[in-house]
Amino acid sequence: MDLAARLSPAPATNTSAPLLAVEDLAIRYVSGGTSRRVVEGVSFTVAPGEVLALVGESGSGKTTTAQAVLGLLPANGAIESGSIRLDGTDIAHWPERKLAALRGARISLIPQDPTTSLNPVRTIGSQIAEILQIHGERNRGRIRARVLELLTRVGLEPAEMRAQQYPHQLSGGMRQRVLIAIAVALRPGLIVADEPTSALDVTVQRRVLDLLDDLRREYGTAVLLVTHDLGVAADRADRVVVLRQGRIQEAGPVREVLAAPKSEYARQLLADAPSLATPRARPIAPPTAGTMLKVAGLTQLYPMAGERSRVFRAADDVNFEVRAGTTHALVGESGSGKTTTARCIAGFLRPTSGTVEVGGTDVAQLSGEQLRQFRRKVQLVFQNPFASLDPRQTIGQIVEEPLWNFDAVSRIERENRVRGMIERVGLPDSVLTRPPAALSGGQRQRVAIARALVLKPRVVVLDEAVSALDVTVQARILELLDELQRELGLTYVFVSHDLAVVRLIADTVSVMRSGQVVESGPVETVFHNPANDYTRDLIAAIPGSAGAAGKAAP
Amino acid sequence: MSGAALPLRAARALRLPPLGLVLAWAMVALVMAWAIAPGLFAWQSPLQGISGSQLAEPSAQHWLGTDGLGRDMYARVVYGARESLLGAFLAVTVGLTLGTLLGLIAGARGGLVDAAVMRLVDTLLAIPSLLLSLSVIILLGFGSINAAIAVGFVSVAHFARLSRTEVLRVRRAEYVEAAFGSGGRFLAVLWRHVLPNALTSVLALAALQFGSAILALATLGFLGYGAPPPTPEWGLLIAEGRDFLASAWWLTCAPGVVVVLVVLSAERISRSLGARRT
Repeated sequence: MDLAARLSPAPATNTSAPLLAVEDLAIRYVSGGTSRRVVEGVSFTVAPGEVLALVGESGSGKTTTAQAVLGLLPANGAIESGSIRLDGTDIAHWPERKLAALRGARISLIPQDPTTSLNPVRTIGSQIAEILQIHGERNRGRIRARVLELLTRVGLEPAEMRAQQYPHQLSGGMRQRVLIAIAVALRPGLIVADEPTSALDVTVQRRVLDLLDDLRREYGTAVLLVTHDLGVAADRADRVVVLRQGRIQEAGPVREVLAAPKSEYARQLLADAPSLATPRARPIAPPTAGTMLKVAGLTQLYPMAGERSRVFRAADDVNFEVRAGTTHALVGESGSGKTTTARCIAGFLRPTSGTVEVGGTDVAQLSGEQLRQFRRKVQLVFQNPFASLDPRQTIGQIVEEPLWNFDAVSRIERENRVRGMIERVGLPDSVLTRPPAALSGGQRQRVAIARALVLKPRVVVLDEAVSALDVTVQARILELLDELQRELGLTYVFVSHDLAVVRLIADTVSVMRSGQVVESGPVETVFHNPANDYTRDLIAAIPGSAGAAGKAAP
Repeated sequence: MSGAALPLRAARALRLPPLGLVLAWAMVALVMAWAIAPGLFAWQSPLQGISGSQLAEPSAQHWLGTDGLGRDMYARVVYGARESLLGAFLAVTVGLTLGTLLGLIAGARGGLVDAAVMRLVDTLLAIPSLLLSLSVIILLGFGSINAAIAVGFVSVAHFARLSRTEVLRVRRAEYVEAAFGSGGRFLAVLWRHVLPNALTSVLALAALQFGSAILALATLGFLGYGAPPPTPEWGLLIAEGRDFLASAWWLTCAPGVVVVLVVLSAERISRSLGARRT
C-alpha cells in the first residue's frame, strides 16, 4: 500500500507555463428553439504533471467543460466566449480536422462508462492498435510490440492472451484499464478523465486510480479529473475547482479547500460527502426490542451455464439477525451475493434452502396469496429511480397503487394518504399529477420511498437505494430515511457497495464476499477493528480516507 | 431541472411536423371521408352505367373516365373506399387482438406456453401469406368479410411476435417488479403496467398492417375471392380494368394509384408513430 506516497502528492511544478489554460469560458446549448447557458465565466489552469479536479453535482457543467477542452461538445453546444489554450495556443475555435490530430496525441480522454466505451466486436488488442494507426504508425511489428507493452503496463497479463480477447470477456475494471492504455498510448500531455471510476466497485476503483496515479508520475502527464465525489478529489488531486450551475464556486489547493472551505456550496459538499462526513450519533435501539428479521442458513444456487452438475453459489449459508427499529447493512462488491440475499428477504426470490423469518413468518415458505399479503410487511426500494417508476403513470397513481392493491378504502381516503405520504417525503403537492420524467433523480427516489412506505410496512429493504444519486442528493435521502425510521419505527436492510454510506446509516453490518458473510457485527466494531483482511481492504478503499487523514494532521 | 425541461417540450410541440407526414394524414383523412360519406364527393352512381358513354376517356364530366358498362370511374373509386377501408380495418382488428393476446400470454407466462405459442407463430410465418389467406377463405367461404378475416389471420403472427418481444422487454423492467412488490396481482399488473408500455410499437405496426391489408384485400379482390362483382372494391376495379388495359389505361391506373398512395401514407404514419416511442 502506497499510502505514504498518496499523502504527499508529487509537488506540481508551478514555475513553468501552464499546459492548459481555460479563460472566461462560456458555453451555450441550443435545443428545441430555446438556448441555455450552461457554463459561464469558468477559468482555470493545469500545469504539466498536475492533477486538477473539477467537482460538482450533475448539471454543474463539469462534463461540458471537459468536453469543450477536448473539442467534443455535442452538436447543439457551442463555445460562446473565452479561450482554451493548450501550450499557449487557443484551440477553442479550431476546426474538427485540426483537433482530431491533437486528440489522442496531446490530449486524451478516459470515458466514464467502460461497459459501453469499447467496440464489442473487435479485440482489445486491435482497439489499442487503432490509436497508433490513426496517428501515423504503419509498422505492424512496432504496433504489436507497443500494444503488448501497454497491456503489460496497465496490468492486463498475460498481454498476448489479453490482446486476443473481446470486451465482454473482461470485467469492468479490466475494461477501464484498456481505456487507460488507449489514453496513455501516445504519452499525451493531458488526460481528461470523466468520472473514470463511478461505475466501478470501491476496491476496483482504488486500483484503477492507483494505476492512473502511477502512470501520471511516470510520464509526467497532467490530469483533468472530473468527479462528483469530493472524496476521490481529496485523494487524487493537487488542486480542485468546485462548480455549481456552470459557475466556479471555489478553487484552490485541495487541502485548503477541504480544511477551510470559503464558499457556502463547498462547505455543503464537504458535509454531504459520505467519506468525509463524521458519522451522526445513531439512536441506540432499546435493548428490549425484539428480533424483527432472522436469516438462517440462506443458500441460493444456480446451475452453471453449459456445465452440468456444477452450481454457482450466489448466496452460501448466510446468517444474521436484525432487531426491530435498527438498520442492518449488507456490504460487498458486485457478485458478492448481497442483492440475492436482499431479494430473498423481500420475497422476490425463493432461496434454495434456509429460512428468512420476518416477525415470525418464514418468507421462504410463502407463495400465491400468502406471499402477496406478506408484501404489506416488507417493501423493497430499488436502486435505479429511473427504472423503477412506470413512465406512463403519474406520481399520484404510482404512490396510490399499493393502497389500491390492498385496502378497500374510499377514493378520498386513499387520496389523503397519498398526499400525506408525498408531503412526508418532502415533495410538493404539485408533483402528484406529473409523470416521473418531469422529476429529478433525487425526487424520483423520494417517490419510490413514498410508494414503499404508504402501506406502513415493518421492514424496508433498500437495494443500493442511494448509489445512483449525487452526494448532496444522497445526503438528503439518507437524512430522510433516518427521520422516517425514528418516526415510524422501521427496520431497514440496507444493501450497498459503499462503506462510507453504510457507516452513516447502519447499526449492524454483514460484509459479504462470493456469497458468504465474512464478517458481521456492530458498525463501530467492524470499522475500527476489522477482523477480516477483505474488510480491511474494503475500508482502506473508501475514497477520501487519505484526504481525511491529511485534514486531521495538517 | 424540471423548469428547464418544460419549455423544451413546449417548443417541440409547436414545431411543425414534416410535410410528408402532413400529406400522408391528409390522404388518409380524404379516403376516410370517402368511406363515411361518398355521396358528398361523387354525385354519379357507382353501379348504374350510362349507356352510350362506355369507355370514355377522363374528362370534365367523368374525372377518371368510365368503364365498359359506362359507370363513372371516379364514383366507383370513391364508393370503393368504404369496402376497402372497412375490410382493412376489420383485418387489422382481427390481427391486432388475436396477435397481441397471443403475444401477451406467451411473453408474460413464459416457459412451455411461450414455446408452444411461438412455434405455432413460426409455422404461420413459414406459409406464404397469400396461400394462407386463400386457404382460410376456402374454409370460410367467399365474401368481403371472410376475405378481411383471412387477411387479418395472416397478420396474427406478426403482431404476436412483436408484442411478445415488447412484453418481454417491459416484463423485465424494474417498475413491473415494483408493481408486484406493491402487492399487485398478476393480471392487474399486466393490465396496468405491461400492456400500456408494450403497446406503442404494436400500434405503429397496426398502422403499417393497415396499408398491407388494403394491398392484400386488393389482391384477393383481383383474384376474385373478395367482394362479388358489382361491388366497387379497389382490387376488383383493377381486375375489371385488366381486360381494357390496352385501350382504357385509366381503368387500372386510377384505383391502382389510390391504393399505392393510401399504402404509402399508412407506412409514413406508422413510421412516425414508431419514432415517437423513444
